[in-house]
Amino acid sequence: MNRRKLSQNAAFSLFWAAGIMSVLIMAVVVGYVLVKGLPGISFDFFTTSPRGGLSGEGGIYSTIVTTFYLVVVTLAFAIPPGVGAAVYFSEYSGSTVGSLTGKLVDLARFGVDTLAGVPSIVFGLFGYAVFVTAMDLGFSILSASMAGACLIIPVIIRTTEDALKSVPSGYREGSLALGANRWETTWKVVLPAAFRGISTGILLSAGRIVSETAIFFVTLGGSYRVPHSLMSGGRTMALHVYYLAMETRAFDRAMSTAAVLVGLVVVMNLGINTITGRITGKQR
Amino acid sequence: MTFGTKRAGTQKIMRTVLLVSALTSVLIVVLIFVFTVGRAAPAFHEIGIWKMVSDTTWRPGSGEFGILAMIAGSGIVTLGAVLLGVPLALGSAVFLAEIAPEWIAGAVRPSIELLAGIPSVVYGLFGMAVIVPVVRTIPAPGNAGYGVLSASVVLAVMILPTVTSISELAIRSVPAEYREGSLALGATKWETVRRVLIPAAKPGIVSAVILGLGRALGETVAMIMVIGNSAILPAASTGNPLSIFLSRARTLTGNIAVEISYATGVHESALFATGVVLFVLIMLINSLAALLLKKGVR
Repeated sequence: MNRRKLSQNAAFSLFWAAGIMSVLIMAVVVGYVLVKGLPGISFDFFTTSPRGGLSGEGGIYSTIVTTFYLVVVTLAFAIPPGVGAAVYFSEYSGSTVGSLTGKLVDLARFGVDTLAGVPSIVFGLFGYAVFVTAMDLGFSILSASMAGACLIIPVIIRTTEDALKSVPSGYREGSLALGANRWETTWKVVLPAAFRGISTGILLSAGRIVSETAIFFVTLGGSYRVPHSLMSGGRTMALHVYYLAMETRAFDRAMSTAAVLVGLVVVMNLGINTITGRITGKQR
Repeated sequence: MTFGTKRAGTQKIMRTVLLVSALTSVLIVVLIFVFTVGRAAPAFHEIGIWKMVSDTTWRPGSGEFGILAMIAGSGIVTLGAVLLGVPLALGSAVFLAEIAPEWIAGAVRPSIELLAGIPSVVYGLFGMAVIVPVVRTIPAPGNAGYGVLSASVVLAVMILPTVTSISELAIRSVPAEYREGSLALGATKWETVRRVLIPAAKPGIVSAVILGLGRALGETVAMIMVIGNSAILPAASTGNPLSIFLSRARTLTGNIAVEISYATGVHESALFATGVVLFVLIMLINSLAALLLKKGVR
């Protein structure tokens, strides 16, 4: 008995150690970047653009603008087909099992699963081949956002579908019983009820675009100027960190930009947690 | 009457529009396949698929396009990441699912999930600033810190949240009766975890590891920043075989990203071929995970 208790204590202390270690790793990564990066951040850092010199002089103004444009345009490309697909899977595909449409639904699901597994550099290659070169859109926000949309469409589909599924079926039945058809029920009852969950998914996708580097490394060009149209190239904050670290070796500036990114991610995570109510530690 | 027809008409149009949206992903997958394979075809044709994947010399300047060194680079970095990251992730998963009091788990879980949101370029920067200098202190000829070990450490941290959360879910979805039955038979909590819960959750745990592997293989920017990017077969520099982890290397993903912006002709095509090889590898890994997950759900 004593031995069994002893081995349990030994094993459990290892599990505690693993849990504590994981939290420590997070604290060290986030803490290091913030401690090293925050001192370099001032008001000017946000309001001046990089000057492109070898030591990375200047702030990050143009990269914030580029990031913002890119997120907005990418979401504009990804939300309609993403939410539309989720609505179809959740609200329309139930009665199609076995029919030709049912086979199309299976195919569509397979497509989403496959897309979700594609590594981002392959999206980058695809964007480079199709949008940058074949369609001759060049290194631009337009090319980059279309390539980026491929990355987040599966994310939007999954989160939206979860949100739609958590709408009680009584809502739908009530609406249908009142004489509304399937589309009216979806548009006026189900989608509004799922609004919170869908917003979470969109916020999550926006975060993916802010964080993504590989796709934009090969589709966005990397100019540090302020973009003036969809056809302008540019660099996002994440890309800026890369160029500062790898090409100009301006580590302090890179760290400051990284600190802004990490701060943004923390805020977005808190936002998502608040929306879904998980900050309270409640399980789903 | 017209009103009713209009409603039915909208309903019909929307059904079609939504079905088309649902099929967008398939269209994108097909386009990706057609375009990457299409642009890779000249390289496969001119050099030969087998020659490409079995030759270790990548020297675009003299027309040599073997990508075995990069396949090996991706492989060994991923192996290192799994060896370092998976035990920690599994330990954390068991901790969260079975051991931690709910209020502690409620604080630890979001902390680990936060790791998933940190941009990979930040991991790369952290690797350059913190991990590379530490690795550099290991005495070995030619060790500059940039190499497989640094890359594996960075990657281990990056896959930690994925593997932890999916494994935790797998352990939690073991039916409560299994746990209760084992405890009722007089087993201790640890015996229950080890002999009942982990075996029952095994398919889910294995697929968590495989998904982590897929994520590791697909990582690009953080790898470029810490692995040294030499297109050479990783090799041990001393008599100790472990020194292979100090070797510089290049991943498949890095090969594409570093060279695509200036490559032309066969060189460019060979980079698309690198993408095809990567895509196929990850597809295989992901379908394996999906298969196991399906089996695990029962």
